[in-house]
Amino acid sequence: MRLRSTAAVLASAVVILTPATAAAAPAPKASLTDIENDVMCVSCHEPLAVAQSPQAYAERNYIRNLIAQGQTKAQIEQALVAQYGTDVLGKPPAHGFNLTVYILPPALVLLGIGTLVLLLPRWRRRSKAKAATRTAIPEPSIASADAHRLDEELRRYGG
Amino acid sequence: MRRLVVPGLLIVAAAALLALLGFGVAHQGSSSSIDAAVRKGDLPMAPSANMALPVLGAAGTEKLADLRGKVVVLNVFASWCDPCKAEAPILEQEQRRLAGKNATILGVTYLDNSSDSERFVRQQHISYPVVRDVSGNFVRSFGTTGVPETFVIDRQGRIAALRRFQLDNKWLSQTLPPILAQRS
Repeated sequence: MRLRSTAAVLASAVVILTPATAAAAPAPKASLTDIENDVMCVSCHEPLAVAQSPQAYAERNYIRNLIAQGQTKAQIEQALVAQYGTDVLGKPPAHGFNLTVYILPPALVLLGIGTLVLLLPRWRRRSKAKAATRTAIPEPSIASADAHRLDEELRRYGG
Repeated sequence: MRRLVVPGLLIVAAAALLALLGFGVAHQGSSSSIDAAVRKGDLPMAPSANMALPVLGAAGTEKLADLRGKVVVLNVFASWCDPCKAEAPILEQEQRRLAGKNATILGVTYLDNSSDSERFVRQQHISYPVVRDVSGNFVRSFGTTGVPETFVIDRQGRIAALRRFQLDNKWLSQTLPPILAQRS
């Protein structure tokens, strides 16, 4: 009887504690696949998403642990930088010489567009002017003796 | 005059790009200059000697400048690096030989998780001090781009020898005695 009541107490304790334990685990706020695309494997210098080295697996495990702790993507990236330095980031931090990575490509695109905007109307004007000044090509002239011979030939072949 | 504006702008832009490229390449590291100077016997001062680096597995920091007067075998390593595992017992053995000679090995972890580094230190029974270079700025000032790399710093704080790949007993036994024999 005593044994049965102890078992009942234990069973109810399990029922009560199970949801409490599940509730204690924080809900994940980031996904491994999302973070993997933005960080590097520090030993193989490849994006973590494609890296297969032992270090890549170690980094993934580290990220999984932080996700399980309920950390956000930004917090996880900060933790990775604190461990491995900024080399772990896929995109370098936007300061100092690294700014060129962010400024240069759009600046080059703008420069290209600007050049085209400046040059295209000029090229079009130039090609139009060329077309206007183009003179008709004169028909080749033939000597009257040759013309006469040609007429004779054509008449003969035409029957 | 107007005809020259666009080509002029393009030339200026191309020149600016080339200058930027040159600047970037020039600031990539000083490995070749350090290597060349050491080869010539023109021993360069160890860079970033006053940079405080956190001690692995303990509170506090350590600077290379604090070890001035000692011969320092600075070994850059990471726990994930197999050659580093291979050379760790050699370095530990050397550390015991260096005791009493006013010299030490100083490990510097680079691109490594602190808990992995600590496990590495435990597994390899490393007794010499180990610091962490989280930013990578310290090792980059030595021109380091990978691991392992080893630099021998003499008692005057100059880089007297270096090895940009795995070291062995032979290299240590040939390199260290003349540097240890020098007075500060």
